[in-house]
Amino acid sequence: MKRRDFLKASLGGAALLGAGAAQGRGNLEPAEEAIGMLFDSTLCIGCKACVSKCKEVNGMPATPLEDETYWDAARDLSHETLNVIKVYQEGDASIKDAAENGFAFEKRSCMHCVDPGCVSVCPVTAMRRDPKTGIVTHHPDACIGCRTCMVGCPYNVPQFDYDNPFGEIHKCQMCNQEGVARIDQGGMTGCAEVCPTGATLFGSREALLEEAKRRMTLKPGETYNYPRGDVRKPESHHEKAVPAYQNHIWGEKEAGGTNVLHVSSIPFEKLGMPPLEERSYASISETVQHTIYNYMALPAAALAGLTYIVRRNTEDEDGGES
Amino acid sequence: MSAYQPLKRPVITFPFLVLSVVALIGTYYLVQRFIHGMGPVTNINGGYAWGIWVVYDVVVGTALACGGYALAITVYVMNKGKYHPLIRPALLASLLGYGLGGIGAMIDMGRWWQFYNIFTPWHMNFNSVMLEVGLCVATYILVLCIEFAPALLEKMGAQGVLKVLNKVLFFFIALGVLLPTMHQSSLGSMLIAMGYKVHPLWQSLQLQPLLAILTALTMGFAVVVFEASFSSVGFRRPNETPILSGLGKAIMGLISVYLLVRFGEVIVNGKLGLIFAGDLGSLMFLLETALFVFPLVVLMSEERRGHGPLLLWASVSMLFAGALYRFNAFLITYDPGPGYSYFPSTPEIMVTAGMVAIEIMAYLIIVKKFPVLHNAETA
Repeated sequence: MKRRDFLKASLGGAALLGAGAAQGRGNLEPAEEAIGMLFDSTLCIGCKACVSKCKEVNGMPATPLEDETYWDAARDLSHETLNVIKVYQEGDASIKDAAENGFAFEKRSCMHCVDPGCVSVCPVTAMRRDPKTGIVTHHPDACIGCRTCMVGCPYNVPQFDYDNPFGEIHKCQMCNQEGVARIDQGGMTGCAEVCPTGATLFGSREALLEEAKRRMTLKPGETYNYPRGDVRKPESHHEKAVPAYQNHIWGEKEAGGTNVLHVSSIPFEKLGMPPLEERSYASISETVQHTIYNYMALPAAALAGLTYIVRRNTEDEDGGES
Repeated sequence: MSAYQPLKRPVITFPFLVLSVVALIGTYYLVQRFIHGMGPVTNINGGYAWGIWVVYDVVVGTALACGGYALAITVYVMNKGKYHPLIRPALLASLLGYGLGGIGAMIDMGRWWQFYNIFTPWHMNFNSVMLEVGLCVATYILVLCIEFAPALLEKMGAQGVLKVLNKVLFFFIALGVLLPTMHQSSLGSMLIAMGYKVHPLWQSLQLQPLLAILTALTMGFAVVVFEASFSSVGFRRPNETPILSGLGKAIMGLISVYLLVRFGEVIVNGKLGLIFAGDLGSLMFLLETALFVFPLVVLMSEERRGHGPLLLWASVSMLFAGALYRFNAFLITYDPGPGYSYFPSTPEIMVTAGMVAIEIMAYLIIVKKFPVLHNAETA
């Protein structure tokens, strides 16, 4: 914890309660066998096969565009689009993966945070982090529809179906929800499976992070053998010249890290990634909350004190008629 | 004989009829919401998941309903008995305000038919600030019902029950002080998890609960001053300024502490420059600060403090200040990122207006039918 954070925490806690030893928690650690994906923006050609496949696997309808509907026309995440490819354009947009006068593709889907905000804020445990795989799952049978997960998600991932009077929250569950269970059956996510260039790569977080770090060390211009499918047992490879990667693996550390990692040759803030620091907001929120409500000791003590004072003061006024 | 009497005035008046029209329009859109979902009625979206139904009805509305809380502290904790005559109307306003908050939360709940999951232990997530707010607000509504029950029991002539209730009431009064302290501070803590989406001038992280409870208290005291001064104008009852000006001192102290913490946080964290950035955030911050400073200036002099209309204006300014602080943090300067914007739709506004109208109508009916106002005032 930074000194400033500590001072603020102590000030807040002490000022509010006059006491309270901080029951602080840091960021959560990745799940033991965390699985995830690595999205390499420089490999993405914008074919949107992943958008279409995602809708097929998850039983989502096609998106209307003008007079027709298309399987890959979605512009942003919604209750019927759990994965979307967005376009970055600058200037005349002529050069692939250049920040200036360039264009690039960026995937948006649940990042499967290591320390998920949605899980922390949900009052009824309708968002859960799978203890083994680290997949962030949603459970409509518990959900009350308060949508705190939506405001608590740094990536605006959970989406509520507002047009349905009995709507629910929808989000990517890594194709492992009941009835799909691709991961449990030894398979991979739909989007990684169909990606023709390996821009979306499936695997364990550990193996993907290793692969991402390797790409950071490659020299631009040299040839690299890029894997497709599951990074641990690739179905095939293709050779391609290495682009000038930004030395930044998104999701290694941001707000405690994510299981879905991104690499790119364009700075992430230009690709619309949020301004996050290393400490997760969930850990700050829970530290404050558990400092105040540690074993309900402070509220209990306060209630005892208040009861005593109020009783004494109401007795002064003839039996406390209110 | 009780010291409280019903206000002997007709219930159906012109303002009452206007309110009932507003209530009717609101109810129409409310029915639409339950038939067609929230989409066709509201402008909330993927980035702005919370609109005015949450931010006004719950976040601001419950703070406006903190009059009972603020007065309970004054009368029963600080032992200032002279404010006792104000407590019943304040409790009634609190009960109705929190009732509106509770109903507002239900209306906005996307899966309302499962609301009871929040009360089932196997669903509870004790890391969630929202859980604390939900449970605590629900409990407080029950406590307010018990605190207000003597007015109903007197009307019914249930002397036996009244006697028993009065013997144990001190415990519920104590709970009625503790619970708002808990959930009003938690309403601030909810902003922590929203992180960068909350404008830096309002994202004070660990200080969120402290700032929230300070604004809840100031709004609570201000609403008492407002209600009492306004009803003495509206119902042409004797002026209560001498009694009210003492509360002004409490507000003054609270605003001073609030401003100290607020500016302290902004300065220590190097965000002072944002105040003068000239954008929406800086404009709203300056407006909000002016609304906090105006009542402080009014209350600073003994002479102004005793001046009825000035005191009323100071309380109005204070109410707007606290409400704006919460609106700014949760909605006006809230920014979920590019591609999203929000302004409430007309039906959405009408539902909230209708709810407020029903709240005011209920208040008017109850003070005219039940012993809520003090004898000295109803005479």
